[in-house]
Amino acid sequence: MGNGGSVMFEEFKSKAEGVSAEVYRYATKADALDFITQFLQKEEVADTQNSYAVWAQSPCLSEMDKTRLSGIPGVKFNVTRELAAQAKIGISEISFALADTGTLVQDSTAVEQRLVSTLSSIHIAIVRTGDILPDLPTLLSKISPEKAGYIAMITGASRTADIERVLTIGVHGPERLVIVFVDDLGGTD
Amino acid sequence: MKSKFKQSIHRALHDPNLTGALGKFSEAYRVNRVKAYEGIDFEALRSRIAEIKSHAASHLDSLSELFAKNAEAHGAKVFRTNDPLKVKEYILNLAREKGVKSVVKSKSMATEEIHLNAYLEKAGISVGETDLGEWIIQLAGQTPSHMVMPAIHMTKEEVSDLFSKEINERLSSDIPRLVKVARKELRAKFLNAGMGISGANIAIAETGSLVLMTNEGNARLVTTLPNIHVAVVGIEKLVADYQDIAPIIKALPKSATAQLITSYVSIITGPSPNTDGSAKELHIILMDNRRTEMANDPKFKQALQCIRCASCLNVCPVYRLVGGHVFGSVYTGGIGTILTAWFDELKKSEDIQGLCIQCGNCKEVCPGKIDIPELILELRRRLVVDQGMPLVQKAIFGVVNNRKLFHSMLRTASLAAKPFTTGKFIRHLPMFLADLTDNRSLPAIAAEPFRDRFRKISQPKLKEKVAFYAGCLIDFAYPEMGENLVKTLNKAGIEVVFPEEQTCCGAPARYNGAYEVAAQNAEDNIKALLAEEVKYVVSACPTCTVALQHEFTSTFESLGQSEWMPRAKALAAKAIDFSTLVKRLVDEGRLSFKEGERLGKITYHDSCHLKRTLKVHEEPRELLRKAGYELTEMFECDMCCGMGGSYSMKLPEISAPILQKKLKNIKDTAAPVVAMDCPGCVMQIRGGIDRDGASIMVKHTVEILSEQLK
Repeated sequence: MGNGGSVMFEEFKSKAEGVSAEVYRYATKADALDFITQFLQKEEVADTQNSYAVWAQSPCLSEMDKTRLSGIPGVKFNVTRELAAQAKIGISEISFALADTGTLVQDSTAVEQRLVSTLSSIHIAIVRTGDILPDLPTLLSKISPEKAGYIAMITGASRTADIERVLTIGVHGPERLVIVFVDDLGGTD
Repeated sequence: MKSKFKQSIHRALHDPNLTGALGKFSEAYRVNRVKAYEGIDFEALRSRIAEIKSHAASHLDSLSELFAKNAEAHGAKVFRTNDPLKVKEYILNLAREKGVKSVVKSKSMATEEIHLNAYLEKAGISVGETDLGEWIIQLAGQTPSHMVMPAIHMTKEEVSDLFSKEINERLSSDIPRLVKVARKELRAKFLNAGMGISGANIAIAETGSLVLMTNEGNARLVTTLPNIHVAVVGIEKLVADYQDIAPIIKALPKSATAQLITSYVSIITGPSPNTDGSAKELHIILMDNRRTEMANDPKFKQALQCIRCASCLNVCPVYRLVGGHVFGSVYTGGIGTILTAWFDELKKSEDIQGLCIQCGNCKEVCPGKIDIPELILELRRRLVVDQGMPLVQKAIFGVVNNRKLFHSMLRTASLAAKPFTTGKFIRHLPMFLADLTDNRSLPAIAAEPFRDRFRKISQPKLKEKVAFYAGCLIDFAYPEMGENLVKTLNKAGIEVVFPEEQTCCGAPARYNGAYEVAAQNAEDNIKALLAEEVKYVVSACPTCTVALQHEFTSTFESLGQSEWMPRAKALAAKAIDFSTLVKRLVDEGRLSFKEGERLGKITYHDSCHLKRTLKVHEEPRELLRKAGYELTEMFECDMCCGMGGSYSMKLPEISAPILQKKLKNIKDTAAPVVAMDCPGCVMQIRGGIDRDGASIMVKHTVEILSEQLK
């Protein structure tokens, strides 16, 4: 990605971290997958209730070497409501990122996309670095509600300040949002 | 005001949790909001929003139709109704038909407005609010006290009591722990509910889409897990085009909670798949409930530009003291008063409209560019037309309307009050001013009003003439301010004329809804002030200047009177406030200050009308600096002092704590002098300082500058 892209990445990173998201960037798919694998191990993902990791259908999966994940039991690729409700980690691929607010945007019409990013405690979002857009008006010209029935924008972790105005993370949605940018994803850039 | 209402104010003011939480929040909010809007042209942004929403308000019917057509084309069912009862029946019938036993809801003011929960629960359907604040007040059996933060009035201890009872387990008041409990309890409700009910922040006609914004993520669950989704949407949420949502999404979180964006924004168009593979049943109810009627009202149409951010509550000096429950309804604060008058009935706003002190803070921050204070005055006017005015008030304005009688009464007051005067302050004032002295000392009515003193001032005969509009306070309480003004202008080579027939500016009548009286005042003043050819009509009272510049025309307009309009406009063009005129004269080199003066620290209090209607705030500061003062800004320098004309008489219990905050902020600067441009503020703050005993001089800018000019 060009220089303008790096500036946008830095802006995205600072805005997203400002709302307690964790932002990583890797040059290659292999590096990104390494990171995710280690992350799942560290979080003790296992084949038991409340320890699953659910990975929603995502184009990048076909580009990644899934066998590297096979050492971790509990990683599920067929996402159901029941599994998602018992998952610790949900993983999905995101279509766009907005630099000026640190926002992720996804066509979430397929319900599994919503299940993995709403019900789990940790949401890992994979984004192609080249898909960072400057702002919302730019996004609106790229994604049409006529075609995408459920457009989801996600900025930081789920939060509330409803008790005594004290900011508290993780009410109904994930309490951690881990964003993994991958430079060589999709290969069109 | 009804005693029940007064009691609710009393309760709120004496609830330390409430005033503590709200006060802290509102002080922090003002600072954080500015940060959130850093680098953004707020005026341009809100003009765009006002344009979008105003366009929508003008086309409610055609946009509703277009929305319905497009949403239905995508597979949603759309039900349009004006009647809140029909909304409730529709949802109940649907629930019964589908065998729904339990419902989860994400926050929706529209459903609060029609009391949907009670209706469904009465029919045996369990309803779970899932927004944390809404769930708390649901458990407590209360109504929201704030549109964005419904439970802001409750402490963590109260919340822990409620939750403990709900789950039968003694909980501590640790907030993260309480939030975890809510997550767990509500997660089960989400997974078991047969129907999800939401509102919508925006409805897009062009695409038939709904936009939902939340921080907690509950709207995403409400619209994903149950197989049926019902959205109740007030038709003021409609916008014409998809691109219209960008400015609203940009402004709403910044104005609501000083966030750049909410954690989640969802744009839903048609049914999406359910978790069992079926297609969701999506029902969208477009609810009118008098919104079309509002759109057809030339005055109130602009209230439909509201995006429900509640920033008008957050900056309100009254709301931060009393909270939302005194409003006695679902919608609270400034915009809430207006919405209550429409969605409930005008009579319901009778008491609560009186809470507005007309400081204009809300108008300045409203992202929908709604003139909330003006609309509240319009409510007052209509209430007076509808129900007449209380007898005592009527008598007062009968007097104010008759200049000779009014002025002779004020003269009599000066004599009658003599025995009660201590030094420069008075403990008791006659008749309608009697209640004024509870919380602060008041100035004695001058033994000799300015109009009499003026004749004794010997002015040089000069070619350039300016008319002085004194206003009641300078004329009858602070004539020395008038004398200082004459002295100042003479130094610039200007002769001051004082048209004797001038009378009250009509502000007190107008702010009490007595527009006919205000119109008579306007007419009398126009005649008097335009009688002689002058370059300017200057006033040292911002409220009076606002009357001359803006309100005479708007009063005539409200009453549909056009006869005096051209002359009112001619007068408006000549009217100018003291500091702006002096700044102009200094810039032109016609006035200059003594050189090398080092006068020490001073702090400046911005008067509401000067800062927010006349947009004057730098001028007096620059003049004071040039005079030789070192300016130290106080915290919230432009927050109301609590005077608000007759407000301090009607609601002294609210006016007093507002004044106390102001006094504290003044004292915290350690400046020995506080300056301001309004004799009303001088009266309030000087009286407060006198009671307080602090040795701080409270002065009108005119008193300070006239001493320092060459």
